[in-house]
Amino acid sequence: MARQEKKTDAVIVGLGWTGSILAMELAEAGLQVLALERGEDRDTVPDFAYPRMIDELKYGIRLKLMNRPADSTLTIRRSLQETALPYRVLGSFLPGNGVGGAGVHWNGHTWRALPEELRLRSYVTEKFGAKVIGPDLTIADWGVTYDELEPYFDRFEYVCGISGQAGNLGGQTQAGGNPFEGPRKRAYPLPPLPTLLNGKMFGDAAKAMGYHPFPLPSANLSDTWTNEYGMQLGPCNFCGFCERFGCINYSKSAPQTCILGALKHKPNFSYRTRAEVIRVELSADRKTATGVTYVDDQGEEVFQPADLVILAAYQFYNVHLLLLSGIGKPYVAETGEGVVGKNYAYQMSGGTSLFFKNVNFNPFVGAGSSAMVIDDFSMNQVDFGREGFIGGSYISSGQFNGRPIASMPLPPGTPAWGAGWKQGIKDWYGHSMSIGSHGSNMSCRDCYLDLDPTYRNKYGQPKLRMTFDWKPNDIRMTQFMRSKIEAIARSMNPTHWASGYKGEGAHYDVRPYQTTHNVGGAIMGTDPTQSAVNRYLQSWDVHNVFVMGSSAFPQNLQYNPTGTVGALAYWSARAIRQDYLKNPRPLA
Amino acid sequence: MNDDRQPPTTWHALKPPESRPNRRFMLKAAVGSGAVLLAGGPSATQAAKALLDEYKPVYFSGAEWAFVRAACARLIPSGGDGPGAIEAQVPVFIDRQMAGDFGKGSDWFMGGPHDPNADPQRGFQSPLAPAQIYREAIAAVDGWCTLNKGKPFAVLDEAAQDEVLKTLQAGQLGLRAELRDFFTFLLQNTKEGFLADPMYGGNHQMVGWKHIGFPGARGAYLEWANDQGKPYPLGPVAISGERG
Repeated sequence: MARQEKKTDAVIVGLGWTGSILAMELAEAGLQVLALERGEDRDTVPDFAYPRMIDELKYGIRLKLMNRPADSTLTIRRSLQETALPYRVLGSFLPGNGVGGAGVHWNGHTWRALPEELRLRSYVTEKFGAKVIGPDLTIADWGVTYDELEPYFDRFEYVCGISGQAGNLGGQTQAGGNPFEGPRKRAYPLPPLPTLLNGKMFGDAAKAMGYHPFPLPSANLSDTWTNEYGMQLGPCNFCGFCERFGCINYSKSAPQTCILGALKHKPNFSYRTRAEVIRVELSADRKTATGVTYVDDQGEEVFQPADLVILAAYQFYNVHLLLLSGIGKPYVAETGEGVVGKNYAYQMSGGTSLFFKNVNFNPFVGAGSSAMVIDDFSMNQVDFGREGFIGGSYISSGQFNGRPIASMPLPPGTPAWGAGWKQGIKDWYGHSMSIGSHGSNMSCRDCYLDLDPTYRNKYGQPKLRMTFDWKPNDIRMTQFMRSKIEAIARSMNPTHWASGYKGEGAHYDVRPYQTTHNVGGAIMGTDPTQSAVNRYLQSWDVHNVFVMGSSAFPQNLQYNPTGTVGALAYWSARAIRQDYLKNPRPLA
Repeated sequence: MNDDRQPPTTWHALKPPESRPNRRFMLKAAVGSGAVLLAGGPSATQAAKALLDEYKPVYFSGAEWAFVRAACARLIPSGGDGPGAIEAQVPVFIDRQMAGDFGKGSDWFMGGPHDPNADPQRGFQSPLAPAQIYREAIAAVDGWCTLNKGKPFAVLDEAAQDEVLKTLQAGQLGLRAELRDFFTFLLQNTKEGFLADPMYGGNHQMVGWKHIGFPGARGAYLEWANDQGKPYPLGPVAISGERG
């Protein structure tokens, strides 16, 4: 028999970006709010303090801020026929853990989804015809439009203090910004970061080819900023320890620096760490949740009653909790029926390294989002009918860090060890830059999440199982981007260059880091037979359960997801505050 | 919360006296850097070997330690331009890693069932943690060397050692599947030991960082963000405050 805690109005599962946003919004609405975080408590001081944070081995290589697979992980297979094996060692993606979640150790690239991406199936059908969408592609509209989300993109950017250059203010194209972005009502809170040498070189080359370079919108701040909660941030000092690290300098937008400091002062908010939710509990008619069961730091099961349950864990764990709790019908790939677990998607990226013998890039001078970008091959620019794929990428040259264990690109032919490697790192460290593509991934009938039949977690529950592989549509997309990037690279006349893009027949390799932009599995939409949550992120089946985060994406954006995740959280919070709390019921 | 954390040191304490390098600071940095090992050449290598001789391994046995020393010395050799793994004390780093979370696989999911023969793209699938993989693989490689070359790896000549390492890297030494990640670990750990903060036992006197021009834990470069293209003039600092 589980211990029972005192009832609270709202319980929030996970205290990262979306958990912090929802906790603040619901606390401001006057609710008693309790957040349950499975990881440890963390704050800028002492956990991210200089100099201990400036440790590549501990945080960059041994990944000590991440979710440990020993604590929880999933299994992966690449087809319906393969037997899934555990993701035992972190590689391809790095789920966060602890207070702040992945918001602690992201690079800070903060984008808005394009208007076309949010109604992708309609956009493709209207512009290129339904026949362009292959029979196995399960892409969908989100059920919310860019115009509806615009105030919430804006809100999140102003909470963060995003530093960037607007490209489209109310339909007017702005010089130096992204001319292909959706219209924004006002400029970014802060001007862009300084442009580093690689960015200048890439920007000049791209401009000479007729493209439209602009600085990447950055959550590493270019100046001081005080947000609506009174939280104060300072300018980024280009320490070069951003992604995988907590910010030493109060310069990176994170739950800690933007929300939690203020939230912790609210008397109607509290949180418990080392409290891992293992199930959402349902009423007898299964139409409402009664609360959640978690395991505390002593290993004891605790029932936490609540009127409102917000799932705000990392994407995988939101989906896992829905499946373990019996909320919504599990998706079955063979029949295409069911919704929970459907449309898991990832992201397709590639890159070209350029080596310049006589240029000093000083790569350790870096910020997580110091990059120049072109969006000339974005989702709303590519002719899908002509090119034979659905997708897009932004193309950028960033200098995020020069941490030498992991960031040591060497010209082709350099030996991996021995005297040649030693000479190679001396000759080439600091003399290279890269141009990369960061691209979409279309959802497919046989890419999804369900429960593993063999492997169990430490509580005896089935682990989550991912079924995913690269598909021809996305390989054609990345090869298209390769042709565009290599043309730019050649025009820059480097001493050497080398490319890495997935080619025909490539399979998903879980070992090298690719991206932690895992999406889908609890997708949003307007049809309960096709989506797990409605346009307000409310479960179709259990109306007092709302599911935040990128698990709602019906396919993946070409962009880093956090800007859209933040906007959706504020959008959902508004629906809860203004509509749901007055009359709890299905909102759609 | 941990009570044993040191009070945070502000980064200003480690910043150079002025934002732009001045001659006096650079001279002091040069004089202050390690005198013997940094001089390079055979005497530096001898001094580094003597330091290694004094070290008492916490994980490796005598034969294992001899293998690791010899293998590191080939993966990043002492000859040529700059220091090698011996000068950086990389074997000390690896020994300490074996005794810690990495060696034990503490952060990894090690539960069964295991399929060590799976396609390598599916990631680490051995039931053995890295320290155990080192132990069993070193014994297997030494056994192979004794059978095929007449003596264990550590006493082969350098050319023969390189040949063995290449065979191992190519997966052609006949290691059982549970041990197949050994060379990947060995090479990765050797590079880590050359380039990680010195507090982990390698990168002794920051020789690895100085070799490539990485300033270590300075952590503040805003004034350089608008002044790119020139060589960065300052030597490294370590987390301990040691300067190079």
